[in-house]
Amino acid sequence: MAQSILKAARVIRSKNSGPYELTLDIIFKDKRYFDLFRKRKIVTKQSVAALYKRPVKDILKLLYFEPATALKITMRRPIPSGHPGETDIYGAQQHAPLLRITF
Amino acid sequence: MKKREEEFRVLSTTAILGYGFPKASFEAGIRRKPHLIAVDAGSTDPGPYYLGAGKSFTNRAAVKRDLRFMLKAGIGLGIPVVIGTAGGSGARPHVDWCEAIIREIAREENLKFRMAIVYADVDKKRVRAHLKKGEIVPLTCVPPLDEATLDASINIVAQMGVEPLLQALDTGCDVILAGRCYDPAVFAAPAIRRGFDPGLAIHMGKILECAAIAATPGSGADCALGTLKKDSFILEALNPKRKFTRASTAAHTLYEKSDPMHLPGPGGEIDLTRCTFTQLPGGRVEVRGSRHVETERYWVKLEAVRRVGYRTISVAGTRDPIMIASIDSILEAVTSQVRDILKAEKIAGRIYFHVYGRDGVMGDLEPDKRILGHELGLVIEAVAPTEAESESLCSLTRSTMLHYGYPGRISTAGNLAFPFSPSDAKMGEVFEFSIYHLMPVRDQGIFKIRTVRV
Repeated sequence: MAQSILKAARVIRSKNSGPYELTLDIIFKDKRYFDLFRKRKIVTKQSVAALYKRPVKDILKLLYFEPATALKITMRRPIPSGHPGETDIYGAQQHAPLLRITF
Repeated sequence: MKKREEEFRVLSTTAILGYGFPKASFEAGIRRKPHLIAVDAGSTDPGPYYLGAGKSFTNRAAVKRDLRFMLKAGIGLGIPVVIGTAGGSGARPHVDWCEAIIREIAREENLKFRMAIVYADVDKKRVRAHLKKGEIVPLTCVPPLDEATLDASINIVAQMGVEPLLQALDTGCDVILAGRCYDPAVFAAPAIRRGFDPGLAIHMGKILECAAIAATPGSGADCALGTLKKDSFILEALNPKRKFTRASTAAHTLYEKSDPMHLPGPGGEIDLTRCTFTQLPGGRVEVRGSRHVETERYWVKLEAVRRVGYRTISVAGTRDPIMIASIDSILEAVTSQVRDILKAEKIAGRIYFHVYGRDGVMGDLEPDKRILGHELGLVIEAVAPTEAESESLCSLTRSTMLHYGYPGRISTAGNLAFPFSPSDAKMGEVFEFSIYHLMPVRDQGIFKIRTVRV
């Protein structure tokens, strides 16, 4: 049965990486989940693009960082931080679609 | 030549100057006899307004409070106090603002010292010369720079690395006040000057610039101590409530950056591919293996903004289920009605609706546009070339929206609930980032140093 990412992750967050990019971190509860996600490729650029309904080319990077047992995804901001009409200057509330990941 | 010290201790007071720190943590840090007190005072995170307007996003009284502790202790102990990205954005007006605060404290506390001020402002002519040679390189997702954008840009700053700070330290000043800095530079430069490894020094600075955020529980308003050694550095909290753990430190390496293995900065990058984090007793973490790799040319990051106009906003809400069900078409109709009037009246500007309860938080990134709540929050944002036009545009949009007769409407007295009178608020000037590019520099001459007696 599919389980929620919340079972595997202790931190799921978003933040600006400069004004033009957003960076999303999934920090796993332990090395076991980290290895599972990495080995089975549970999260891909394609799946992140689908969750956000954005083109795959907007998902710039997806990489694993073992010292923090974390997965990091960097994506293009549709509107740079603080430009007129923008909604989240710090980019700190753009993580919620990741909560729908299952494994 | 003084005998080389075995270690170099750095007291980082707070994540951003003005965010505060407990007095007890600061005193615990001072008891450890640091060789340096340093703080990062800025960020581009609060958005383009502050660089453009020449204002700090931090509060003056709070900045003064933090600086008073740091200056009194630093001057008293005869150790340098180094402040980076003064005034939040690090352009001339921000540096002047911070200098005035420092002089005020010196008068009040009867402190006498020498201060080196390092400016980060970049002349437009210099940028233009590099632009003509095709040497202004956009960072990821940033459009290439053109002449028109450069002309419109204001307060162009370059992030300085450790080199201008080393020059400033060579003047023998007690206090260094720097404009826009690469965040770790203020923590790293004094250590590098004493012969410590740049890779370790800059990586330690990268963590210390956020003070105790990298500890657990993390806090941006508490101190941290970094101890640099020959081939490692050690981080520790100064508040018994917090500790550095391997996990918290490694996780912090991810924070606000797109690639945790390679951290680019002025003149090079920190390569963390061979970096290790080791837990030590007493809530301390030891880091090894961070290397500084110089790039062939020395590149600095430029930042600037341009003025877009003025903004007026109105905050309102609706509780009507019929209206909520057709909000998309209502907003479209209101926009087109307003646009026609603007055209006739020759008023320029744009309206943006922030619809909380639909996609007010995520905008274009929101995959789920369903409305599931029983009320909607609405922020009408009007941006126009002049303040008067932005007020007219906001007012017109608000009144049109309030009385718009949408199909199926049964609440005919008004469509919106306003929490405030006046309903509209002037938000002042609007800026957007215009330059976020790399520029090569041959020497560090662009960073001008002025020494003063305080």
